[in-house]
Amino acid sequence: MAKRSAPEVNAGSMADIAFLLLIFFLVTTTIEKDSGLNRKLPPIEEDVEPPIIKQRNIFTVLLNGKDQLLVEEELMEIKDLRAAAIEFLDNNGDGTCTYCKGAKNTSSSDNPYKAIISLKNDRETTYATYISVQNELVAAYNVLRNRRALELGPSQGFTDMNFVEMQKNYKDARFIGNKIKLKEVINQIKLEFPQKLSEVQ
Amino acid sequence: MSKFKKKSDGGTPAISTASLPDIVFMLLFFFMVATVMRENSLKIQNALPVANQVEKLDKKNPVSYIYMGKPSAGYEKFGTESRIQLNDQFAELSEVGAFIGAERAALREELIPFLTVALKVDKDANMGIVGDVKYELRKVNALKINYTTGVGDALNNIK
Repeated sequence: MAKRSAPEVNAGSMADIAFLLLIFFLVTTTIEKDSGLNRKLPPIEEDVEPPIIKQRNIFTVLLNGKDQLLVEEELMEIKDLRAAAIEFLDNNGDGTCTYCKGAKNTSSSDNPYKAIISLKNDRETTYATYISVQNELVAAYNVLRNRRALELGPSQGFTDMNFVEMQKNYKDARFIGNKIKLKEVINQIKLEFPQKLSEVQ
Repeated sequence: MSKFKKKSDGGTPAISTASLPDIVFMLLFFFMVATVMRENSLKIQNALPVANQVEKLDKKNPVSYIYMGKPSAGYEKFGTESRIQLNDQFAELSEVGAFIGAERAALREELIPFLTVALKVDKDANMGIVGDVKYELRKVNALKINYTTGVGDALNNIK
């Protein structure tokens, strides 16, 4: 028998197979959310004498069961919270903070190091509102830290980089630059505007 | 006769579908790469709130998930109040500590201090249950937490 050439395989149904797989993956895909607000819980300590803090250094934020916001004994909308928190943190009442631009109001916080934000919520507060408030408070710190980073950055060789970008670059393996120095700058800013957010149980 | 018929079927030529498999495969590969198989099948409603000051959850460190929300359709017998879900089942508050213990036992020892607990909480849940879980986590010294949220304007959470 004469040598027969191998018959050509019909590839017409390949598209069908591929479609089948495609539809399977389309249906099963859930793009997982993996971003969020990182927080640290305080450890449980027993019988610790609460430190004496001056009332003017505490910024009280209360959230009641009807999702109403009470800031320093005044009703407030969530959209105004960020500005109020910045004003409080940046106040610089005793004049020791050289990088603050606040009003130096003697009835508000002494300096960012002493300023504490106290957040209290009810059991009936909805989670969405709580997250919004947390977000605004974190945003207030970030605004101040970003401002400081833009002031401090150029002298350390990091121009046009705000605090959030600095942190992102520090984690980025592809970042070209002096990471040790960047870490120093980040730590300095963190010390200058420490995040003192306390939650009342 | 045939002289005139010759060009009669010269309309639009058929479009070649030979590259169709290539296009489909391209899409297929995209979805195959982007797919993350669900870790747990949820028995609760879990619409996450949004925030814009988010940080990416560091996947290099171990992450444990705790879900909270109202039981979803089909699980009404568990009530209408928000419940906790650990792994694939509903759990009581007292089980949270044991769950963290089990998660830690599965890890290499040097990674244990880096365990982050991601709280995936439905936006309609109330803070009571979240506060209770947070207290349980403090009891077992699991202090690194992450409120998992979507990305968006936080003011849209409240309607």
